Amino acid sequence: MNGSQLTTPNITQLEKTALELRRLALKIIFQAGSGHPGGSFSATDLMTALFFGGILNYDANNPKDPKRDRFLLSKGHASGIYYSVLAKAGYISESDLDSYRKINSERFLSGHAHPKTPGVEIASGSLGQGLSVGHGIAMGTRLDGYDSKVYVILGDGELQEGQIWEAAMSADKFKSNNLVAIVDYNKVAQDNITKDLKDLEPLEDKWNAFNWDVHRIDGHNMEAIMKVLQLPLHPEKPRVIIADTIKGKGVSFMEGKTAWHGVAPSAEDYEKALKELV
Amino acid sequence: MKDGPTRDAYGQALVELGADDPRIVVLDAGVSDSSRSKKFGDKYPERFFNMGIAEADMVCTAAGLATTGKIAFATGFSCFLLGRSMDQILVSIAYSNTNVKLVGTHTGLAVGEDGPSAQMIVDMAYMRAMPNMIVIQPADWEETVQATRALIDYEGPAYFRLGRPKVKAIFDSSYKFEIGKGRVVKKGSDLVIFATGIMVQESLVAMEMLEKENINVTLVNISTLKPIDRELVIEMATSHKAVITAEDHNYIGGLGDAVGEVLLDAQISKSFKRIAVRDQFAETGTGPELFEKYGLSANHIAQAVKDSLRPA
Repeated sequence: MNGSQLTTPNITQLEKTALELRRLALKIIFQAGSGHPGGSFSATDLMTALFFGGILNYDANNPKDPKRDRFLLSKGHASGIYYSVLAKAGYISESDLDSYRKINSERFLSGHAHPKTPGVEIASGSLGQGLSVGHGIAMGTRLDGYDSKVYVILGDGELQEGQIWEAAMSADKFKSNNLVAIVDYNKVAQDNITKDLKDLEPLEDKWNAFNWDVHRIDGHNMEAIMKVLQLPLHPEKPRVIIADTIKGKGVSFMEGKTAWHGVAPSAEDYEKALKELV
Repeated sequence: MKDGPTRDAYGQALVELGADDPRIVVLDAGVSDSSRSKKFGDKYPERFFNMGIAEADMVCTAAGLATTGKIAFATGFSCFLLGRSMDQILVSIAYSNTNVKLVGTHTGLAVGEDGPSAQMIVDMAYMRAMPNMIVIQPADWEETVQATRALIDYEGPAYFRLGRPKVKAIFDSSYKFEIGKGRVVKKGSDLVIFATGIMVQESLVAMEMLEKENINVTLVNISTLKPIDRELVIEMATSHKAVITAEDHNYIGGLGDAVGEVLLDAQISKSFKRIAVRDQFAETGTGPELFEKYGLSANHIAQAVKDSLRPA
């Protein structure tokens, strides 16, 4: 199993991988001429730790192994980083990435992921659904007697969808402790900052009130990310990790900007960004 | 031959089929006593998930379960099961092509006194419009039991439309349900009625009335609304002078449209009447009262037959 074989993840190595993935994600978004760099970069360190820090148990050569851990990107617009991670993990090849957001894409690398792409569990594109789907998977693997864990990355704006809180109640009811939600709390949505769109705070209190095991970390501190992901499961509560992140993290002129939610960089901006991603 | 509500037959069938197939899981949205999924829950509590009054969460949870190899029956009142979760069904079930069976009970004006917000008359339109989705509405107990079994063998998303009131037996155990196949219930001449669900029973009542006037028409049960039995529709329409469709649903997007599309595509021009709700919300009242007032009763079907056969 690729992921789990990295038993002693080296923090510096993971940070290097994250940088490499940001460059790759930006490259494919630039090539496609459209995409979502901001939300890809805020989630990069979290996904790097999950896939390459020995957290997720997966085998890219056997993507349907029923005993695998599952990863769901509920904020599906961050597909630029998702496909970059899937390529690095070996589900698809790096040359497949050339067809990102292009017609006749052999690996179906759509703007939002779909299970036709190896490594993808469910379609995304409509916010609010991933936590419920992840919970269904968590219940299904328990029924089968496996100890699979299910990790779902949620956007912060996505928490404005009511269905997230329906799922939060359900996971509590069924004591689904093998479900781990990670909130990519980058504070910025599409047309506004999250706080002004509809404030999520007090966010920890909300999850606590729904009876989840709540943790809060700096979502760009690899050591902190690894530490929280390595915690043993709570005996009965589902877990939420609120990761404070920065939209567009790594490229100074993108950081914290709504403008970089859903646009590809110009050639000039692309070159400028690459100089920072070293 | 057994009379009874199709929702009861579904609940019973699940219990029987669940014994041999551990892949079957059932979800409900807090109406399991009425939808009859509770029977399964009582027998197999570890495979029954009552998700509370949260249909959107339920259908996505069902999709997640399906990705782990389960056959997930997400059950609820059709109005809310579909109405509250169209986007979730589109993305996590239809587009993702997950093996989820959406089972909507309490459909049509037959629901009665709970009023228009509980009388689902747009569900077949909703579901027929979705790629990857098949749509099945059984006519009686026997067909419901067999269709439930067929849905287990069929891998992919499906909508199963069930009813609240008791319906009379149409089929005996010699009947063989097949997804995508219609069935001639009674052979007559001159005119063919394509009916679905409770309207098969209603049409038979109309036909008894007509027989007293020596009018003998053909009745075809269309239980698979999508994919519709194109061959049978063409064969029957071609061999009769006139066509009537009968459904407890709005006249837009349901059986009438499904049959009409086949006839148009095949360039078959016939007298064509749709017995259906005429694009309006009904009101409270008993099912039979509503059928009479809103044009779905046996009287209306018989009248439509006579109008169709009257020389121009």
